Amino acid sequence: MEKLKSPRTGGILVLCAIIAILPAFLSNAFQMEIAILIFFNAIVCIGLNLLIGYGGQISLGHGAFVGLGAYGSAILSMGQGWDPLLAMVIAAIFTGVLAFVIARPILKLKGHYLAMATLGMGIIISIVINTEDQFTGGPDGMYVDGLSFVTKQIHWYWIIGALLIFSVWASLNLIHSPIGRALRAVHGSEVAAEVVGVDTTRFKVMIFVVSAVFASVVGSLGVYYSNFVTPDIAGFFHSIELVVMVVFGGMASTFGAVVGAAILTTLPQFLTFLHDYEHLVFGLILMLTMIYLPKGLVPTITAFFKKGDKS
Amino acid sequence: MSAEFLQFLFSGVTLGATYGLVGLGFSIIYNASNVINFAQGEFVMMGGMGTVFFLGLGLPMPVAILAAIALTTLFGFGLERFAIAPARGANVVTLIIITIGASIVMRGLAQVVWGKEFHAVPPFSGDEPITIAGATILPQSLWVLGITVLLVIALRFFFEKTIMGKAIIATSLNRDAAMLMGINVRFVLFISFGLSAALGAIAGILVSPITLTNFEAGIMLGLKGFCAAILGGLGNGMGAVAGGLIVGIAEAMGAGYLISEYKDAIAFVLILLVLFFKPSGLFGKTGTERV
Repeated sequence: MEKLKSPRTGGILVLCAIIAILPAFLSNAFQMEIAILIFFNAIVCIGLNLLIGYGGQISLGHGAFVGLGAYGSAILSMGQGWDPLLAMVIAAIFTGVLAFVIARPILKLKGHYLAMATLGMGIIISIVINTEDQFTGGPDGMYVDGLSFVTKQIHWYWIIGALLIFSVWASLNLIHSPIGRALRAVHGSEVAAEVVGVDTTRFKVMIFVVSAVFASVVGSLGVYYSNFVTPDIAGFFHSIELVVMVVFGGMASTFGAVVGAAILTTLPQFLTFLHDYEHLVFGLILMLTMIYLPKGLVPTITAFFKKGDKS
Repeated sequence: MSAEFLQFLFSGVTLGATYGLVGLGFSIIYNASNVINFAQGEFVMMGGMGTVFFLGLGLPMPVAILAAIALTTLFGFGLERFAIAPARGANVVTLIIITIGASIVMRGLAQVVWGKEFHAVPPFSGDEPITIAGATILPQSLWVLGITVLLVIALRFFFEKTIMGKAIIATSLNRDAAMLMGINVRFVLFISFGLSAALGAIAGILVSPITLTNFEAGIMLGLKGFCAAILGGLGNGMGAVAGGLIVGIAEAMGAGYLISEYKDAIAFVLILLVLFFKPSGLFGKTGTERV
């Protein structure tokens, strides 16, 4: 029973249950679409949360990694005629190698300088995608064939849902492994971590690469699902959106990343009735949440219940 | 010096001065509060759009400009009072997201009130280009440069000679010590946001006769101003202005001689190179981290 209450097993069981019964409540293809979109965003956010929440490093350019996965898959499978899954793997490897190469110089930077560098990297990649239109179709985007063996939307739902559960499980395990402890030490105090023998650079680089690969795979699957990709996916706003999801849900909380992705993916759909006022209201909700719940939703709620337990 | 080179230099310096003013705004807020204000670009947009709006109401140009600066400054004050002050003690990422929220709100507001169309502020003194050594320069460019120089001098005076300016510097050096010396730190923060908003608005008003403006015009200007501030060493006001000029000139030369499709990428390539080789910016202090 105690074990069920721990976030590792209990949380995953709750998530499995939600994913299992959710289709019964989704009445049309559009709602199903939103659910799948939430899963996609949640997986990227879980990876990004490892970097931001546990590693204490910020990235304002993660949209670019999603974009590299998406366009890598699109170009290799459509332009070169490769098998989509192979294209996805090669795109992920390419993204991982690129992340590895830039990680060392970038992660030497701290705070706002790191924010600027990741932002700059993201914008450069997005401008390249926009400009090299002979490969990418430019701002109009490009059409991509889906996976031949997954045709029904509900199948996508189960596949991405399973991938989400796997990501949560992998993330929780990583956090509770020696690597996770080393990362949290880096977050707490980089100097102190180094003093006790943690190779801080190695861990920071590793987590940067892992989060980039998470993003790339989601980008690839995303284009196979939607059959279409535009440069917006690699843009500054997508990067910001991802960071906002992580912080909104609660940094350093895997389930926070999932909740943040779920709420911020759904919220704009609920706000569409506001038409022109949509962005205004979205911005206000974002500001108010961050002002009054600076730690994010999930950690605030958990802290509230823990306090209740003691009394 | 060829006329072509001179032409690129003129346009680079004009844009660079604008980036410098935006960067200066970043620096002032950063110094006072350690916050990177991602709504800085929206102050710039609001200056330009506000002027268009007040001109539309039939106000004469100078009054419309002052009204737009006043409106933007109010937003700066409001941002500090209603968003940054209540979130005191939150970590850096949370504060960044609050300012991103503010930028979304301001863009949303501008879109609702002023629509999505592009607008032009009329040039301050005609649009007859002046020819210098075979290159041409718009009178508006001279306005941009002249006012930037005046503002830089005025700000130096403000920070070095006035009590308020010295209080801002003291707060940026050591907030607790400043507070113990009887400086009203909350008021300093309040003023810094207003000042920074006013600077952004002025930059927006100066540049929009050349580049046009709409509700999204602040995004790229803000990001490049951020580049300028980082390039000059975050928190170094004069560094930000120099950084702005470097970004502007590099952009104009790069677009003119190398690859015009990648004009917008040049600022970011430059900033990455600088950060890789000199992580504290060109004129930043290489400080050691306190443990």
